[in-house]
Amino acid sequence: MLTSILLHLALFAPLAQTEGSTTTGTGLPTLFLIIVVFILAVFLGIEIISKVPTMLHTPLMSGTNAIHGIVLVGAMIVLGAAGDNLLLIILGFIGVVFGAGNVVGGFVVTDRMLQMFKKKPQPGGKK
Amino acid sequence: MDFSSPQLYIEIAYLIAAITFIISLRRLSNPATARTGNLTAAVGMTIAVAATLVNLVINNLDWHILLILVGMAIGGGIGLYLARTVEMTAMPQMVALFNGMGGGAAALTSMSEFFERLNHNVNYSFDFSIATALGVIIGCMSLSGSFIALGKLQGFISSAPVTYKGQQIVNALVGVAIVALALFLIVVQPGGSHTTVLVIMAVLALVLGVAITMPIGGADMPVVISLLNSFTGLAAAFTGFVLQSNVLVISGALVGASGMLLTLLMGKAMNRPITNVLFGAFGSGGGSEASTASAEGKSIRELNVDDVATLLAYANQVVIVPGYGMAVARAQNAVQELAKMLEDRGVTVKYGIHPVAGRMPGHMNVLLAEADVPYNQLFEMEEINPDMPRTDVVLVIGANDVVNPAARNDPKSPIYGMPIIDVDKAQNVIVMKRSMRSGFAGIDNPLFYEPKTAMLFGDAKDVASALAGAVKQL
Repeated sequence: MLTSILLHLALFAPLAQTEGSTTTGTGLPTLFLIIVVFILAVFLGIEIISKVPTMLHTPLMSGTNAIHGIVLVGAMIVLGAAGDNLLLIILGFIGVVFGAGNVVGGFVVTDRMLQMFKKKPQPGGKK
Repeated sequence: MDFSSPQLYIEIAYLIAAITFIISLRRLSNPATARTGNLTAAVGMTIAVAATLVNLVINNLDWHILLILVGMAIGGGIGLYLARTVEMTAMPQMVALFNGMGGGAAALTSMSEFFERLNHNVNYSFDFSIATALGVIIGCMSLSGSFIALGKLQGFISSAPVTYKGQQIVNALVGVAIVALALFLIVVQPGGSHTTVLVIMAVLALVLGVAITMPIGGADMPVVISLLNSFTGLAAAFTGFVLQSNVLVISGALVGASGMLLTLLMGKAMNRPITNVLFGAFGSGGGSEASTASAEGKSIRELNVDDVATLLAYANQVVIVPGYGMAVARAQNAVQELAKMLEDRGVTVKYGIHPVAGRMPGHMNVLLAEADVPYNQLFEMEEINPDMPRTDVVLVIGANDVVNPAARNDPKSPIYGMPIIDVDKAQNVIVMKRSMRSGFAGIDNPLFYEPKTAMLFGDAKDVASALAGAVKQL
């Protein structure tokens, strides 16, 4: 339920923005909808991982670490719109390098950690 | 809705990416699905990046695209090389490094957009400046804090807490200065001084990241990295506000929230409330000095390899308690060989794993799995502790703080209250260590002076191999 509301908002809020208005079809400001999306995602994040076993704390941390590499997308957008302003190009370029490092390194390190867990516990589990 | 607009399909691609991240988090919290969970997120990330590239190509195909691809190749190449070549023991440092890069990217992106709008004097609104300030401050703190954590774990910065008188007041003043500069950016109409103010604010946020990480001891670094990971998530979300990008807001908020919860869970596993981690410098001050002094009068007992081999070979049950020292010496395989040798003689061998043994929760499980230690020989702290009185010999290999009885008995000890493996309740304790140096938390261990404890000095790998050889001879 939470997920569906979130996804609905995620899909429609940005479209209103790209049409050049600051309000959506429902008359609510885009900012308000983004805040709603943010708050719902916060609750979703807490809800999803609340039952994680200790053994997976490190891989989970590493996995979420890779996911926030999504800032790469932001850095790409900013660098793409930097024009010929040298400062913006430098900032955006370093941002892209950092973001790409976060994404690739994060996923590969997490995969290496989890590779170790591929052996399933023997039938009957721990005695 | 305009179905012919490419923008719609770009947004749908972002939406799919956000969904994969949500699914990935769920799968990552279950051992059976964790690995595919990580791959799910990687696929989602690829979709998001590809959609962004397509969007850029549609809108303005020029040399900027080339620059973006070069940047991605450099960053991705560095990330791939480090992530693939680094030793398993150094994994936590890598998490810190990539987290710092993410924080830096968020801060730089927010700054860049800020300068852009300042230059053209457009869309400089109240909410935009708030989001920029938060994105820059949190991103910068995460960047510098992560690099200090990396340095402390790697050892090029002393892992001991760095403290001085009035430290918290100085930190608070830096914090207040940052807030004041942020308020200036938010309240005052944009003008020539905004660029300078933003840069000074970013520098101060970098300083604050260092200042709050330095006083934290090495043993608490996992909690700190988890907290900084959560910070970077929030910084990404605020960058999402700045760029009005839902996928950034959703992903950032997901990571920010789950990272915060994970930090609290880790603190709970170590019995270290997050406020203690941040404000109660670990292993410093009077407490540790007092316990060092009290230790000086006591003596330790040292055994040689043959004595220990005999003790082990004729035991009914042996529990191995590994710590970071074992991982550093790369002794997992030698230890596993010794364990097999003992099992062949009919000795029951179990591994007792403390939740924070190693450098991070679960780190030791990863290292032992790498050495092919059977899963059913690994016992968590709660499972192994009731077994201790029935255990003939405990072999502590490169672990220290997680078996320190002071955590249970000495209210003055800085680690008092942390759950430990009760090795002192076994019949005999053999501590394999390189020297009498104290553990990562920098505090003395009364276990070493107990009459039932014997020390076996040397490199964990060499000693374990020698023990296996000696057991074979018996």
